Order: sequence, then structure tokens, then C-alpha cells
Amino acid sequence: MNVQQTSTASPTAQTAPTPQQRLTLWYILRRWPILPVLLLGLLVTLGLGADWIAPNDPIDQSLPDRNARPLFQDDSPYLLGGDHVGRDVLSRVIHGARVSLSVMAVALSAGMLIGTGLGLLAGYAGGLVDEVITRIVDIWMGFPFLLLALVAAIIFGASFSTIMVLMILVAWVSFVRNVRADVLVLKESNFVAFAKISGASTTRILARHIFPGTIGTITVIASLSVGNLILYEATLSFLGAGIPAPTPSWGNMVAEGRDYLQTAWWTSVIPGTALFLTVMSLNFFGDWLRDRLDPRLRQLG
Amino acid sequence: MGPFVARRVILGIIALLIAMLIVFSLSRVKGDPRYFFIGEDSVGLDPAVWEEWGRRLNLDKPVPIQFALWMGDILTGDFGDSVTTQRRVLAVIREKAPNTIQLGIVAWLMGTMVGVPLGVFSATNRGKTLDYIFRGFALFGQSVPIFWLALVMIFVFAVNLGWLPSGTKGEGIAIRNFVLPAVALAWFPAASYLRITRTAMLEILDSEFIKFARAKGVAQTPVRWKHAFRNAIIPPLTLSVFVLFGLLNGTIIIETVFAWPGLGRLAIDALWATDYPLLAGLTIIYGVAFVVMILSLDIVYALLDPRIKYN
Repeated sequence: MNVQQTSTASPTAQTAPTPQQRLTLWYILRRWPILPVLLLGLLVTLGLGADWIAPNDPIDQSLPDRNARPLFQDDSPYLLGGDHVGRDVLSRVIHGARVSLSVMAVALSAGMLIGTGLGLLAGYAGGLVDEVITRIVDIWMGFPFLLLALVAAIIFGASFSTIMVLMILVAWVSFVRNVRADVLVLKESNFVAFAKISGASTTRILARHIFPGTIGTITVIASLSVGNLILYEATLSFLGAGIPAPTPSWGNMVAEGRDYLQTAWWTSVIPGTALFLTVMSLNFFGDWLRDRLDPRLRQLG
Repeated sequence: MGPFVARRVILGIIALLIAMLIVFSLSRVKGDPRYFFIGEDSVGLDPAVWEEWGRRLNLDKPVPIQFALWMGDILTGDFGDSVTTQRRVLAVIREKAPNTIQLGIVAWLMGTMVGVPLGVFSATNRGKTLDYIFRGFALFGQSVPIFWLALVMIFVFAVNLGWLPSGTKGEGIAIRNFVLPAVALAWFPAASYLRITRTAMLEILDSEFIKFARAKGVAQTPVRWKHAFRNAIIPPLTLSVFVLFGLLNGTIIIETVFAWPGLGRLAIDALWATDYPLLAGLTIIYGVAFVVMILSLDIVYALLDPRIKYN
């Protein structure tokens, strides 16, 4: 018994850290997601305050500053250089944070609502309802969504709302499966039986007794899927089926900078780096949250 | 096992029908589908031509009948003509498919052969520096936008160092041309394989029979590879299907960046040229590919692990 306990413990707990070890930077950074949270805080600040923070207008073109090099070289007023029509790369990156933020705010929350609702329903109602919802989820996972997104872009034209609808369509599925699994366990528990005996309505049982038990799972799934959603949006924008120009999004900035790789690498590398750092922070934070809240979900990674 | 497979086949067919229904309804949602073939701004169009297209698309019949007729065409392999090339959609797809399949298989093998062993090493070196390096690699791989990774690779290896070509497939099977696209495509799968293999291995390494094997005096290497790894193989195997499916999406991006003459690039060209029949055909073909993949996974499962129950 003893042997098993030590071997299942986390690697950091195998040898108890000395007080000095606890204070080393490496130990703290490994233990707490400080850097990712700082980066995400920065992202939210930039996205919300883009109008006040960005030094220049993200749409204004200035021909003399075409492909101006970063750090104010070429007499340009731009810290991170200018793009192929002389727009400020830094300001565009700051405004591009908005798109990623809206993905989080709109697509993730709508997906979360729909997915959680259906998951609660499927798990609690069981029977035919469960069967139908589970099958829809199964089928949904097998859709070639990137191609359907391209089809939708042809029909409706690439626009902010088309993108958000597509993102919601992708976002909801993973919530259903995991919430349903939780509900199946929770509905057998004694406190649900007591609630039923004391005459609570189904809505009340779901809202007050079962839903709180799924919040941990929902949080973990949300944090794990948001990085992918942001990547998905950026990919669509990169392919020309996403946020249309001239509105800056990191995906379409990389696409526009692609043709100038040789002469002006910063126009595509800088927004790409912003995207990469954002997604990496989200994934890191999601992993950390999962290990803290729900190690059972580890196999998803 | 028979009824189980039959059930999956039926589910797969339903999925395909729904995909087709969506593709069809999208084509009818925005007014007259004739505009996909005849520009909206065409002036002085012969009304006879307009009527002829109406007949060809069965527009004189009710919508459900239109759908049934359209589906009948698809099922018999008639996807119509591509608008831009004026060739049969299926012929165009058949011509480009080998390029995508070759690239996909190379990337898949690369991802598996890098990701799975690294996952095993990461698990057996748990908590050590090597583990942290490999996990860092996995986190990087799962977070980096592959279109951007591809661009950076072109910038470094093709533009600056000039070691490898920046795109196109070249004549025959030119290995040099495969390197950059395949590596860019394999990066994400390698990271996923690494993580999932590591988790599975850690779980198995902790079980009683491994402790027993160790107590019995079996050496480190056979314990890891014979006892543990063989039992940790199901999660990475499950992942394979999703990796392959992810590669279908990935090739769309990678082929665009590397000007690779495959299906993915065809899809993007169809998007830019608003070539609806071509894109619809591609969507359906990709759907079929995914259903086939899921199905083969189920069969491989049953062969590998007789404990899996079918009900």
C-alpha cells in the first residue's frame, strides 16, 4: 500500500522540497502558471483597450512607410515596422487581439451554453433523448468542418458573423460528451435522491444539485478547447475564409505578409508570434487547471 | 462484432447524408443556384442557355426531388463539372488525390515514429530534464499555428539557407520537396502522440504486473518495451484516426503554403474562384474518407484487444 502511494504521487511531491527550493524561480514557474496568466492578462487588456493603447490607426495606410523595418528604422514612426501598404504592424497586432478575444467571448460561451445544456439533458433524461443527442455528437465529430467552412464562405461571404457561427458549431461538441459523463454519475448519488424525495422539480435538481457538480469539468474543457478555437479562427482567416481585410486579425496578417517574407519578414512573423504565445499560454493554463481540478480528464491531452 | 460494424456503417452513412444535405441546402439558400455557373453580372445572356441550365439542375422540379436527384448523381459518382476548369469534378479530384495521400502518409509516419518513442522516453524519464524537454516540444507542437510554422520554415531553410525548395512537388517523388511540407504537417501529430503515449505509459508503468516483472528481475528495457509499451498502445492507436483526419485539414493549409498540387490546394483554389461544384465534391469525398477511417479503427481495435466488448 505504502509503495503504491509514493509511486502515484506527483513528481514534485516525491522528494519534499526544502524551503530554499520553494523559493527558486524555476520551482515557482513550474508550479504556478504565472507567465501564461500574465500573457493572457496582457491579451485581454490589449483587446479591450486597443483604441487607446495602439499608437497608430490600424487601417491608415502610409506609402512612405511601406515595409518599414522595425525599431523606427527607415525614419518610420513604427516600433514593429510597417506592412506592405505602410500600416503600423504593432497597432494591427494590438487590434488583432480583439478577434481572438471575441472568439473566446462569443464562440466559447455560446458553445459552452449549448453543449452544457445538451449534456445535462442527455445525461439526466437518458433513453431516447440520450441516444439521439449522443449520436448527433458522434456524427458531428466526423464532419469535415474546415471544408464546410470554406463552402459557407463561398455562399455567405467571409464575415465576422459567419465566422462566429462556424466557431460555435465547432465549440459545443466536447462539452456535451464530458458533461453527460458527469451527470450519469451524479444522478445516481444520494443527494439527488433526497432532492427528489423532498419534492424538488426536475429543473431545480438539474440547476441546483447536478449542474454545480459539472462546473469543474466545464471549466477544464473550456480552457482546453479555447486555444484550438483561436487557432481555427486564425487558420480560416489565413485561408481567406475568415475575418475579411482590412480588419486586422492575426490570421489574415500572416497571410498578407506571406508574399513579403523575403523583404519584410516582420509583417508575418510578428502576428504569428502573438498567435503562438496566446495559444501556448492558453494550453499551458488549461493543462494546469486540468491537473488541479480534474486529473481524470488527462487522457484528452 | 458483425452487428457492431453494421451499426457504425449506418451511423457513418447518416453522417454523410447530413453532410450532403448541408452542402445541398447551402447551394439553394442564396437564391438561384444557376449563378454558380453563370456570373450574376452577365449581360445579354441567351434566355435559352438560362433555361437549359435550369433543366440541367432540375430547377423545374420541387426542392426535395431536386435533392434526391442530386444525391442520386453523387451516389453514381457524378459530381458535375468544375466551373473553372470545365472538367468532371471526380476526374480533377482523382488526378490530385495521389499527391495529397503521399504527403499525408509521409507526415503520418513521421509523426508516429517521432511522437510515440519520445512519449515512451518522456514517461520512463518522468520528472527529469529529458521529460521536461520533450513535454516542452509537445506544448510547442500543439500551440504553434502550422501555417505560421510552415512560413518560418520556408523563411529559414528555403529563403535564408537555401537548403531545400520552398514549394511545389517536383517531378516524380523528389524527397527534397517532401521534407519541409511533411515536417510542418507532422509537427502537431507528433506532439499529440507524445502526450498521449506518455500518459498511457505512466498509467501502465504504475500497475501491479510491471512491479511484479521488476521484482522478478526483468531488465529495464524489456519491462518498458515488452511489458509496458504493448499495453499502452491503445490510446495512441485511437489517436491515429483523429491524426489522419487532422491531416486532411492540415493538408489544406500546408498545400496552400507550399504550392503543393493536391486536394487541399484545389479546395482553396475553388474557394477563391467560387467553384461550388468542386468544393462540394471535395467536402463529400473528405467526409467519406473520415467515415472509412473510423470504421477501420474499430476493426483494428477488435483485432488488437479482444477484451473490447461490442454492444
